[in-house]
Parts: sequence; structure tokens; C-alpha cells
Amino acid sequence: MTNQIKPALLMLLSFTVLTGLVYPLAVTFSAQLLYPNQTNGSLLGTNEQPLGSELIGQAFNRPEYFWGRPSATSPTAYNGGASSGSNQGPTNPALIDAVKARINALHEADPGQLDAIPVELVTASASGLDPHISPAAASYQISRVARARHLSPDSVSELVGRYTEGRQWGVWGEPRVNVLKLNLALDQRI
Amino acid sequence: MTENGLFQIILYFVTLLLLAKPLGVYMAAVYENRPVLINRLLAPLEAWVYRFSGVKPEHEMRWKEYAAALLWFNLFGGLAVFALQMLQAYLPLNPQQMNNVSVDSAFNTAVSFITNTNWQGYSGETTMSYLTQMLGLSVQNFVSAATGMAVLVAMIRGFQRRHSETIGNFWTDLTRGILYILMPLSFVLALVLAGQGVVQTFKPYHTLPLVEQVGTATEKTTQTLALGPAASQVAIKQLGTNGGGFFNANSAHPFENPTPLSNFLEMLLLLLIPAALCHTFGTMVGDSRQGWAILSAMTLVMVSLVFVTVAYEQGGNPALTALGIEQSVGIDQSGGNMEGKETRFGIVNSALWATATAAASNGSVNSMHDSFTPLGGLVPMWLIQLGEVIFGGVGSGLYGMLVFVLIAVFVAGLMIGRTPEYLGKKIEAFEIKMAAIIILIPAFFILGGTAIAIMVEAGKTAVANPGAHGFSEILYAFSSAAGNNGSAFAGLSANAPFYNITLGIVMLFGRYGIIIPVLAIAGSLAAKKTVPTTLGTLPTHTPLFVMLLIGIVLLVGALTFVPALALGPVVEHLELF
Repeated sequence: MTNQIKPALLMLLSFTVLTGLVYPLAVTFSAQLLYPNQTNGSLLGTNEQPLGSELIGQAFNRPEYFWGRPSATSPTAYNGGASSGSNQGPTNPALIDAVKARINALHEADPGQLDAIPVELVTASASGLDPHISPAAASYQISRVARARHLSPDSVSELVGRYTEGRQWGVWGEPRVNVLKLNLALDQRI
Repeated sequence: MTENGLFQIILYFVTLLLLAKPLGVYMAAVYENRPVLINRLLAPLEAWVYRFSGVKPEHEMRWKEYAAALLWFNLFGGLAVFALQMLQAYLPLNPQQMNNVSVDSAFNTAVSFITNTNWQGYSGETTMSYLTQMLGLSVQNFVSAATGMAVLVAMIRGFQRRHSETIGNFWTDLTRGILYILMPLSFVLALVLAGQGVVQTFKPYHTLPLVEQVGTATEKTTQTLALGPAASQVAIKQLGTNGGGFFNANSAHPFENPTPLSNFLEMLLLLLIPAALCHTFGTMVGDSRQGWAILSAMTLVMVSLVFVTVAYEQGGNPALTALGIEQSVGIDQSGGNMEGKETRFGIVNSALWATATAAASNGSVNSMHDSFTPLGGLVPMWLIQLGEVIFGGVGSGLYGMLVFVLIAVFVAGLMIGRTPEYLGKKIEAFEIKMAAIIILIPAFFILGGTAIAIMVEAGKTAVANPGAHGFSEILYAFSSAAGNNGSAFAGLSANAPFYNITLGIVMLFGRYGIIIPVLAIAGSLAAKKTVPTTLGTLPTHTPLFVMLLIGIVLLVGALTFVPALALGPVVEHLELF
């Protein structure tokens, strides 16, 4: 049975070169050529003044911005260097406390908004970096953002509509709003 | 569920079943070394690999030699991954200056990747250098998948051959699987994923200014974005039922699974080879109905369980309903239990993925299973406990299912009082003994491991969620390790010596404790003569047999694990509803 030792070592070496060097380098070379922006993180803005990644959410806490999903990354929310969900189970008291705190923060920021809160505004995303919220979660925040920016709710609503993406190719996934792009549009930076 | 949700699920299964047949027939051609376009193109490469390694491709191996080649190859692969982790701080392609990994974690990860489990105690973007990811983990993604497929092909030869002492050559099965199946498909998929936004670069992580500048000294004003050669690894981790994420959040991370389309493709690739191998089997044994029968059994179980998970996740968390949160589905939100789920995937794609990844022994996730509702999370856990035979890992799923087929014909044989036969081979005491070992090993390690973990302090302190859910975290961890799945109720702090070592041992037994008896069955079957089909032969392609097979799989799974599941998810369900 020891006669297989030498081929085992050399086979491992062959496939380490083929699948561990040749393959990833070939993919990198082709992908960088075909999709230079996507392969480097889908950055918005210019090389000198990047505005963040289109795919990675950022933390927003001020009333004049739309807020994204709660994020469970540590040590700070939306830490793109250490993705993570909360992993809290449905019966965990810590989850219930966290949801209550998020409800209070939403009510304090906009006491006049009495609609039921959409679930995505009080539940942490899987990655902690979710760039999107549902259209319902965006609508819920229109009155607060409009008041903080002294804009009419209709104009904010119109902007939300413009940044609402449907299902991909009309079929896949869920309708959603990219929070970073919407906020950059509010700041008139894109 | 909305009409669109139902449509997405149907589209998924229809696409899967449509692609499975041509790929399965193609793979049969590859393993039987019949000329197809790509092996004409790449034949010089294949010949070079054999020449370089000193392998004679025409050499036929007995089952023990086949097993020895496989074990040596996997042992050296494990040592290489271990060494890369222990030395990565001194090696190139480490722009984030990652430290060397701790011994227990490096052991766990090395075992995890050679066994096609890809359980991850570590977090990718804060632990592994680009070099370790590429040269260690990516390589094992390919070769562990090809190893599983090779064992399956050897087992199929056991049914094909008569009076034969040999079951093929491990090196040629391994090489053809990688060169002609895994590498071409991964390359194409990696490029498509990169187009959708999966990163593929060797640059260091970005540090960008935040849009909302908080301005106080304690708050951050910049955001770090982890990067790396992810697309090349994500493609093979889906295709080879590996599942080890490049980043900690796995396919929930927007750089690993950025769009609903990338999600559909990753989810499709996750079940594609396991489904296609049923047709490879049918083609190779010369009766495509046999492949269809097994594929039907797998699909029926999986489809029924998908709807259980979707229903419970869509139903939401009653504890949040009590707080007045809007969880109902509508045109402007997917609603449901969204803790640990991403907006772009919503409920349907998260629940479908969770079911598929557990069925397939893949273990990649696009949502956090730990935050699922109790019964929504019970489904993936139970699918793993069924022995990873509902699709299962590449190769390993079907050889596991074929073992259940042997049990099913054995049970049928007992009922009608005839020596059981399958595909013209008499199934005798030796095969049934091996089959019993194969079924008992995972059960023993799942239940035994869980029992030990809940008795020792190190096992209990790692739990993140209190009460019954904490027990579920431990049970899921040992199920995942023994089934070589790799997904987790990830709240469990498993990156500590106790879990790194125990789960590492369980993964080894869950892989090689199955492969060796499977190869022994292959050797024994190959040596037998083929008995002619008569009127008394039990047909194994009929709906009746499909039902019998499903019954056996579910019965063994239920009898073994219902008591343990009752203590975890079932108790939690009763508390919540």
C-alpha cells in the first residue's frame, strides 16, 4: 500500500499548481479584463474620491438619511472587514430586547409615524452588510427624511421610486432599495 | 407564499432537472474515457499529470489499493492545508498580514476541507491569507469533490463488472473529474459571478470614507471592505458541494453573492452535480430508469421539505408580531422571519437555499440558519441527519443513497422471502454488514458527540442562545460534521480547542468511515457474477420502489433522531407558538 505514496504526493503537487495557481490566476486575469469595476468591489464615485461600494451597506443614524438594516457586525455596525449575522434564535430574549430598542429609536426619530414597522427595519441582516431595504421599509421613513431635509414628502417619495429596483429580469429575488445610493442621491452626490 | 415565490421555486427545480440529464451523460462519458470534445483538447494536460506523477492510467486497482491511494492523497492534502495555515505569516500573498492560525483551528480546518465538509470555525476575511485561501482551501475544494465522485464511480463499476478483482484507477478518476468536469464548469461560473459583482483581486482591503461622518472621536469615519480572489473559490465551493465561504458570512456576503441572479446560479450549481450523477449512474449501468428512480426519490423528499421551511419562515416570528411588527408578505416587502436574512433574497430564496444546502451536503449559506424559526431550522438539520443522501455531496450523496437502495432491496427481499438482488448482483451478508456500518457511523457520532458536548463545560459555554435553541446549536454542529455538510447554527463559538478537536474527529469518521466500507462493497460486488432477471426479480425503477426507498430513508432518519430533535427545535416550537 506504500507504493501509492509517491503518486499521492506528486498528484497533490500537480493539482496544487493547476487548481491553486493556474485556475485562480486565469480567473483573475479574465475577470479583471472583462469586469474591472465589479472585480474590485463595485465602487461608486471616482478613484480619487470613492463614495463606498454599491454592494456594501453603510451605517446611517441621522434623521436626514434613510436607515438600512440593523447590522450585527463588531465592533461597529456595517464593518466590511468582518461580516456577521446576529445568530440570535427566535426565542432569544436578547433578540426581543434588540428589536424593542430599534422600535424605540424609530419612534423617537419620527413620533408622528404611526404605521406598523416593516420587519426589515428591526431585524439584523445575515451579512451585517446588506445594502438594501424593502420598498416598504423605505416608505416608512419618507416622512422623517422629508421633515429633516425640509423637502416635500412627494419629492422624497419620487426619489425612493427612482432608486427602487424590481426583481432581477422580472423574476429573481425581491424588490429592493439601495440605501447608500438613495442617500447619496439625497445629498446630490450621485 | 406569493405567485412569484412559487414560480421561483418551480423554475429552480425545472432548470435543475433539465440540466442534470445532459451533464450526467457527459460525466459518464468522461469516467468511461469515451472521447468528448473537451478531453480531446485537454488530453495532453491529462497525460502530463500522469507522466509527472508516475501513474500508469491503464493500471487497474483492487478496492484496497484504491482506498490506499485515496487515503494517502487526502492525508498529504490535509498536511499541506495545515502547514499553509501554520506558516502563512511568513509566506507571500498576505496583504492584510494575517497571523498564523492556532494549532487546533488549523487542524479543524484542514480536516474540514479534505473531507468536503468545509465547516468553518474561523472567519475568512479576518483569518486566512489570500495564499492560504488559494493554494490550500481552493485546491481542496477541487480535489475533495473529485475524491467523492471517484468513490461513486468505483462503486458503479462494482455493479457493472463481473468476476472482476478491480474497480478502476483512483488517479485517473480523480484527474478526469477535475480536468474535464470541475475546472471547466468552475471557470465559466466564476466569470459569470465576477460579472455580477463577486470580487476577484489580489489587492489589499479598501478603506473608504463613510458617507455619514459622525465626527466624534469614538466613532469610525471610514469603512474597511474585505476583498480577495473570491469568485474563483465561490464557483468551486458551490459546484463541488464544499460550501466553505471566502468571507465569514458565506454566500450572504454581498461580495460573495451580490445579486438575485448570482444567487440563482450558486443555488443551481449547488445541486447540479449531485442530481446529474444519478443520470451518470443510470448511463453507466446501462439502464437510465435506475438513475431516474433515485433522482425521483431525492427530488420528492427535497421538494416537500422546501415547502415546510418556506411556510415557517414566511409565517414570521410570533414574538415580533406581539410587538406590532409588520411581517406579512406584500408587493413592497417579502415579510416573514427576516432576522439573519438578506433583503435581496427575501424569504423564498433564503428558505430554498437552506433546504438545498442541507440536502446537498454543501453547507454554504445565504442566510443564518441559527435565526430560523424552530421548525424552519429543523428541516435543514434533519436533512443532514438523513445521512446526506437527498442529493448529498458530489459522489458521496449518491453512494450513500445506493447503500440505502441495498437496504431497501434487502428489506423487500425479507418481505417476499427471496435473496435480494440489485442490478443483477446478489446482495448478501457482507454488503448488508457494510451498509449497516455506513448508516450507524454518522448516527453514533452525531448523538454521541452531542451527548459529550452537553456534559462538559467547554461544550456548554460555547452556546450563544439560551434554552432549547442552545441544544439545537450543538446538535446541528455534530450533525453537520458527521454528515460532512459544514453549515452551522453559527452562534455556537466553535473556534476553541474542544469543538475544533471533537468536530475534527467526527468529520474524519463521517468521511472515511463511510468511504472505506463503500469501496469494500464495490470490491465485493465487482467480484460477483450477474444473475439473470426473472419474473421474481424485484424491479427497482418503479414508483413502488421509489416509495419504498423514501420510506426506508425517512424511517431510519426519524427513528434515530426524533428523540434528539424533540429536545431542541420541537421544544422551542412549543415555547414560541
